[in-house]
Amino acid sequence: MKPQSHPFQPIRRMPAVLIAVPNNDNEAQVTNTIIEAKGLKRSFKAKGAKGKTIDAVRGIDLSVREGEIVGFLGPNGAGKTTTLKMLCTLLKPTDGSATVVGADLRRDPVEVRRRIGYVSQAGSTSPEARVGQEIVSHARLYGIDKQVAIQRGKELLAALDLGEIWDRTCGSLSGGQRRRLDIVMGLVHQPRLVFLDEPSTGLDPQSRANLWNHIRKLRDELGTTVFLTTHYMDEADSLSDRILIIDHGTIVAEGTPTELKKRVSGDTITLTLRSEADATWASQIAGRLQGADAPATEAHVVRFHVPDGATALPVLLGDLTKAGIDAIGVDVNRPTLDDVFLTLTGRSLRD
Amino acid sequence: MSFVRDTWIIFERSMLLALRQPEWVVIGLMQPVLYLTLFGPLLQTIAATSGFEGDAWQVFVPGLLVQLGIFGGLFVGFGIIAEWRSGVIDRQLVSPASRAAIITGRTLRDVVVILVQAIVLVGAAFFMGLRVPAGALLIGLVLVALLGAAFSFISNAIGMATKSEDALAPIANTLALPILLLSGILLPMTLAPAWLQVVANFNPFKHIVEALRAVFLGHFSDPIVWIGLLLAVVLVVIGAWVGSRVLTAQTK
Repeated sequence: MKPQSHPFQPIRRMPAVLIAVPNNDNEAQVTNTIIEAKGLKRSFKAKGAKGKTIDAVRGIDLSVREGEIVGFLGPNGAGKTTTLKMLCTLLKPTDGSATVVGADLRRDPVEVRRRIGYVSQAGSTSPEARVGQEIVSHARLYGIDKQVAIQRGKELLAALDLGEIWDRTCGSLSGGQRRRLDIVMGLVHQPRLVFLDEPSTGLDPQSRANLWNHIRKLRDELGTTVFLTTHYMDEADSLSDRILIIDHGTIVAEGTPTELKKRVSGDTITLTLRSEADATWASQIAGRLQGADAPATEAHVVRFHVPDGATALPVLLGDLTKAGIDAIGVDVNRPTLDDVFLTLTGRSLRD
Repeated sequence: MSFVRDTWIIFERSMLLALRQPEWVVIGLMQPVLYLTLFGPLLQTIAATSGFEGDAWQVFVPGLLVQLGIFGGLFVGFGIIAEWRSGVIDRQLVSPASRAAIITGRTLRDVVVILVQAIVLVGAAFFMGLRVPAGALLIGLVLVALLGAAFSFISNAIGMATKSEDALAPIANTLALPILLLSGILLPMTLAPAWLQVVANFNPFKHIVEALRAVFLGHFSDPIVWIGLLLAVVLVVIGAWVGSRVLTAQTK
């Protein structure tokens, strides 16, 4: 309940008692699932070709538990933003169903809108507008009282280290500040679930790290569930409790970052040698290592996987020395989400 | 009612933004004054010789007012495209706000801006010699507001439907030119050959201009007055309907 300064408080309370309006904020969630989507699908009419459709999202199932940070990872054009826009009511699903914060996405999109926050990659404020006015105006669209909106807006700005920008124009903020302001806008009505679309795109490395800290804080301190899309694996890796990997409109894998990386067969060892002849020799030696897969040779470079790079390396170097081969470079890489993606789809996320 | 409340919230925000750009407000105010001072004197001689009834100001100011309503509204779509680019429109679409309110609030802002310009225009015309009954000025302002609303709805709708300045500019110009040429705003259609007069009769704006000219001459009971007002109201209804539909279609 918002603070009441009205002298007739008891009378105002009466109808609520009589009608017994359920308070959505305190509604006990039996399953603790905040998003449950089944067969969500979206096709677009292809431009030019009549009657042809493009399936941007081909019937995906996903569920998100309350309090999670879920990363939706995939290359550009994989269907991330389309899925996000469907869950945010900005696009109608062609087929399938979803419940978002207890409201039915297709039957009651307005109720979904009341309960979620959405932070678009395009931003949320006009450059000429003043920060405070944008926040208050947005909050009022959710039926929030002006005074409450001012107080909440200032608290949120402070929480995101944007203390003194209330009277500044949005266009005068730095990229990182503006993105955090977008998050404030998305949180001003205190949603339990917030969607972030490519939150760190276009930010410099420092602002990114800072933004990530704030997103984590959001969940840790406010308990807000965060669903974010990204095509940066480092972002998905360092932020998400759980990752959904999407490619060509379907979810191809799901799990914690660690679980997903275990799917890739071990560490990658990359050897650089003096000549192609040496490389051929070295690849034969490497292939005999315990647990190694078939090495791939490219000119002077040999690349292969072993279950544990740290223990395999001394053995490998010893064998190479015995054979009289001089490696001029050695690299051991722990698996990244990009390797996971490569293993799953045969393509790199970077492509 | 949430439509009224949301419209007010959107209007208030847009109005504050409009006031924040004083250079734009000044340019908007300058335009009608420039028309009066640089074009009005030319009309003095034409009004005396051509088929116009009444003095130059009674003929010329109604045309300028109608033109202000049309052109004041027709190009506002550029603003909504810019707002869409900066994510403001999606941000409002993702809120529970009424879809119709998102466009109506902006259109109301445009109407206020156009009305202020119209009042400046009429005030300047008074100093230059316009003498008409107060009721005529009131009807003039109502007509300008209705036309401004209709064209602002349409322009915002085209802006949101195309999301491209490159598309909006030619569409707006294509609409504006025949409307202007066939309305008798600058010259009386009585000067036109018969076939052109027939064509012009299909242009609602010709009748709206005639309605306002009749009012400026004090002919309040002329049926053309009601026809003109009715046409303007119909245009607003069409604009509002199209505008709301386009906004609703944004989340389809």
